[in-house]
Amino acid sequence: MTNQFLIRTPEGISFAQTLAGPMSRFLAWGIDCAIIIGLSWATGMALGLFGLISPDFAQALMALSYFVISIGYGILLEWIWRGQTMGKRVLRLRVVDAEGLRLQINQVVIRNLLRFVDMLPAFYLVGGVVSLLNRRYQRLGDIAANTVVVRAPKLTEPDLDQLLAGKYNSLREHPHLEARLRQRVSPAEAAVAMRALLRREGLDPRARVELFGELAEHFRAVVTFPPESVEGMPDEQYVRNVVDVLYRARK
Amino acid sequence: MIIDLPKFVAAERPMWNELEQLLKRIEDQPNRPLPLEDLQRFHYLYERTAADLGRVSTFASEPETRRYLEHLVARAYGEIHETRSRHMRFRPLHWFFVTLPQTFRRRIAAFWLALAITVGGTIFGAVATIIDPDSRAVTMPFGHDALEPSERVAKEESSTNERVAGHYTSFAAFLMTNNIKVSLLTLALGMTWGIGTVIVLFKNMVGLGAIGVDYIMAGQTPFLLGWLMPHGVIEIPAILIAAQGGFVLAGALIGRGQRAALAARMRTVAPDVVTLIGGVAVLLVWAGIVEGFFSQHHQPVVPYGVKIAFGTVELILLVLFLTRCGKNAEPEGND
Repeated sequence: MTNQFLIRTPEGISFAQTLAGPMSRFLAWGIDCAIIIGLSWATGMALGLFGLISPDFAQALMALSYFVISIGYGILLEWIWRGQTMGKRVLRLRVVDAEGLRLQINQVVIRNLLRFVDMLPAFYLVGGVVSLLNRRYQRLGDIAANTVVVRAPKLTEPDLDQLLAGKYNSLREHPHLEARLRQRVSPAEAAVAMRALLRREGLDPRARVELFGELAEHFRAVVTFPPESVEGMPDEQYVRNVVDVLYRARK
Repeated sequence: MIIDLPKFVAAERPMWNELEQLLKRIEDQPNRPLPLEDLQRFHYLYERTAADLGRVSTFASEPETRRYLEHLVARAYGEIHETRSRHMRFRPLHWFFVTLPQTFRRRIAAFWLALAITVGGTIFGAVATIIDPDSRAVTMPFGHDALEPSERVAKEESSTNERVAGHYTSFAAFLMTNNIKVSLLTLALGMTWGIGTVIVLFKNMVGLGAIGVDYIMAGQTPFLLGWLMPHGVIEIPAILIAAQGGFVLAGALIGRGQRAALAARMRTVAPDVVTLIGGVAVLLVWAGIVEGFFSQHHQPVVPYGVKIAFGTVELILLVLFLTRCGKNAEPEGND
């Protein structure tokens, strides 16, 4: 089962979003449940003041407020926050249209109302089983509303400072070898090296040394630079220089 | 070929920023259309960013830039390729008096199915009680089997409403929320190919048929009608409309005789399902108020004739509302 939700536009461009699995959605629901209980409790306390005038009226308001909050919470927040509730925000999830189109109010309402069947018999068992059997992890409410839940990671502007901006690169002293390197290295290989550089701070020190050792060895085998240019150069520095050559043309 | 990424990003970033600003404008003000020049610019920026995404994916595979562009293209794609009408300002009166009855009539086949199951369940409950009076324990809900109809009538008429005195509002609130929950479940179970909807509807109507025939056989028909009609003539049709919504969902799920894909079928029925359940909620709020404040008063406080007349008027108005309202207005929605 793929965890990518792929849309192909009429212009021939594909874009992918990562689907949220049942467990992360269950956790988001847990957070939302806690918020609903908290909100209902707070509202109940406030409405309890009406009990001084009429206990019957206060009790009715409390029952109605719990009902409205428990049903309206998901609908309201997913509508105004474009597919997110508090729980989904915390876990960086988002409800989106399954065709990649704009999320409509009808879809938000249907997927929330159909929780009544997804929750059966308890703890979202029906919804959980259906989503595990569905390639897009859709519960019944999602199937009816034609929605999917995707991961919505915090987007950062592309950080290209990793590419040795403004620093000396000894590999650049050999334009013909530089050209050969650019010719022989495939985009996929370049991407692996780039990803390794971007994620290096998150690597375990030993894994980092091993990874860059393997990458440097691979690129040294592709094109051999004169020893005076690479002597004493750590593996990680070598990979950074290679990536700089690959992704930045000569000035 | 691998593109010169820093140069590429530096050259294209102004376009991406402009697209992001336009998207924010569109998303923040969905009801305000863009001027033609801005729309053309928006389309150009979308196509250019989509092309950038294509280049990055093919020639660079740099994950951060690609994800950023995928996100931008996904947002713009949703706005450009959306053909459904934009979210209009909600007009409650128009929705209630035009959209709801029109939707009800457009999906009338599903309502007839719900009505047929209701009649079937009621007849089953009635026949079961006539043939086997011991079945009352199984068929009658809410402990109705514990008392004989005559005992119940005597108790209700002599209690002068102490049972709910001082609790009318909370009782009405309980009835509203409980009935809406049952209706939502009835509708939602449409996603079990309608099987769950049939079961819930049939089970509820078996109980109604059993209680009804029990009171009729005991000669308590005026009490029964006076007790049930004021709220029942709204509550029972509301549950039927919820079942209608469930069958509309089930029809789209099964897709018999329809060539469209499941997603397209669901997309078509979604507005109607939401309209129907919205109408059900409104009807059940009214039914809850009537049941909480009016139905519980029996003779001699309120004569049964008055209660039956009230229920009859409500039923006539409901039938007129569902069959006549919005007839002259322009038809809305999809079939």
